[in-house]
Amino acid sequence: MSRLHVALPGLNMKNPILPASGCFGFGKEYAKWYDLSVLGGITIKAATLEGRFGNPTPRVAETESGMLNAIGLQNPGVKKIIENEIPALEPYNIPILANIAGSTEEEYIEVTRQISSSARISAVELNISCPNVKEGGIQFGTHYKSAADLTRKVKAVSEKPVYVKLSPNVSNIVEMAQAVEEAGADGLSMINTLVGMKLDWRTGHPILANKTGGLSGPAIKPVAIRMIYEVSQKVSLPIIGMGGVSTAEDVLEMMSAGASAVAVGTANFVNPYVCPEIIEQLPKLLDEIGVENISEMTGRSTKQWKTPLSSR
Amino acid sequence: MKKHLLNVTSNIEIARNIFEMKLTGSGVGNMTTPGQFLHVSVGNHSSKLLRRPLSICDVDLDREEVTLLYRAQGEGTKQLSQKSAGEVVDVLGPLGNGFDLADMDKNKNALLIGGGIGVPPLYYLGKHLKKKGIEVTFILGYQSIEDSFYIEKFKDIGETIVTTVDGSLGIKGFVTDAMMNVVENEPVIYSVGPAIMLKAVEERAVGLRGYLSLEERMGCGIGACFACVCPTETRESGYVKICSDGPVFKMGEVVL
Repeated sequence: MSRLHVALPGLNMKNPILPASGCFGFGKEYAKWYDLSVLGGITIKAATLEGRFGNPTPRVAETESGMLNAIGLQNPGVKKIIENEIPALEPYNIPILANIAGSTEEEYIEVTRQISSSARISAVELNISCPNVKEGGIQFGTHYKSAADLTRKVKAVSEKPVYVKLSPNVSNIVEMAQAVEEAGADGLSMINTLVGMKLDWRTGHPILANKTGGLSGPAIKPVAIRMIYEVSQKVSLPIIGMGGVSTAEDVLEMMSAGASAVAVGTANFVNPYVCPEIIEQLPKLLDEIGVENISEMTGRSTKQWKTPLSSR
Repeated sequence: MKKHLLNVTSNIEIARNIFEMKLTGSGVGNMTTPGQFLHVSVGNHSSKLLRRPLSICDVDLDREEVTLLYRAQGEGTKQLSQKSAGEVVDVLGPLGNGFDLADMDKNKNALLIGGGIGVPPLYYLGKHLKKKGIEVTFILGYQSIEDSFYIEKFKDIGETIVTTVDGSLGIKGFVTDAMMNVVENEPVIYSVGPAIMLKAVEERAVGLRGYLSLEERMGCGIGACFACVCPTETRESGYVKICSDGPVFKMGEVVL
């Protein structure tokens, strides 16, 4: 077994790196740049029951060390994703995490039922944290009871493990994590974007047609680290960490905070090769600190080592 | 598709806030289709992470040199304007689908219409068309004489009509104000500029064939992030991605 191997419910990954949902399309665009088989897994773009066009443009705005986006869950709908997009990933023998979204509980349930029955899907990621749609999404992710209810119902129909993607736009993310754990989630993904806004100082108007958008990129990494650190100590679920990761050092930092796998988002836009470059770099960093298996990194921040790392 | 590190050979202001950057490197050899763009990183240690989609203005294949013109308006392009000869610029590309010149054989004239920072790709396009023996006419629109650039170079390729909003150079008004007299001989239209200009061009070019190149804020530049979509009634999906399906579309193909 490779020293980079990590195992999470439904996700048997040869390394802990997977692109984050919405930052990698359905994979085929990046397949033109490198062999996707090198990845630990792929998170595909959110699926809804019917196709959605998403928000008007402009949909992105740059900010200091980050960006705002308000795409609005554009996707062709779950049926077309199963028919057209997932088969295109067939040549790559890596786990696929399917992100699912909806406006109503019924929609989430139906999307989960359909996509989780696809043999090629390894696990589903319940998106209750998209800040850019008027209905659904974050509404479910900011109230403990609705998040737990939805998790329970989705879990009841899902043929694959369910990861709940948490929003940072809550007063207490630990309570949210505990609520979905109790409702039967198999894992957590965290964090989604932080709601933000940017104005054009000349006109005084928002850059984004949607007015507000989700902030991502290195600017939010400290928030992600803090939240993963807090949540990982209070729940026993594995965490797919994400939020501003753009280097191999960031990956090990996030795993130290409590993540078992790490998703890379915005950094894919900066450098399309970022995921393979990180994967290549990880063993060198592990050598530097004398760690054999990367899975040992998870939760280091809260563990007391019995013997110094250097003598292990 | 490739990422390239290109060397800056020059980077100078040629009009108000308009910079001409020349870059050399082995990646330039693939930049043979006018209308494509490079996705340019403004700096390795910048807090401006996203790349800037800059259209290819000219390519010298013998010297492996590509010319980009850009407006230094925001913080990122201002940083780019600080790059001096010898520095390295990280680019992805060439990206997108450029202008289709295949159906030009039947036609003997083309009308190339550009507004502001939409003008640059028309230069490389004009050179290609002229090489095919096609008679090229340009209509170039600028805010004012201070914002105008490359006019003499365009004149070397074909007849060049200039419009300025304030009337300080050429015809006072917009590019569409200069269109009426030149569309009579039914040219193929090639136009680049803001959506509002393209829409006006399209309205005045009813019955003509043509191509439009769209501008939009982009994320990834390779079709993955869905930031730069444009509605269309001609495809089942209902949208096109400007970066990867375009930036060039047939006139009438997208809803402006």
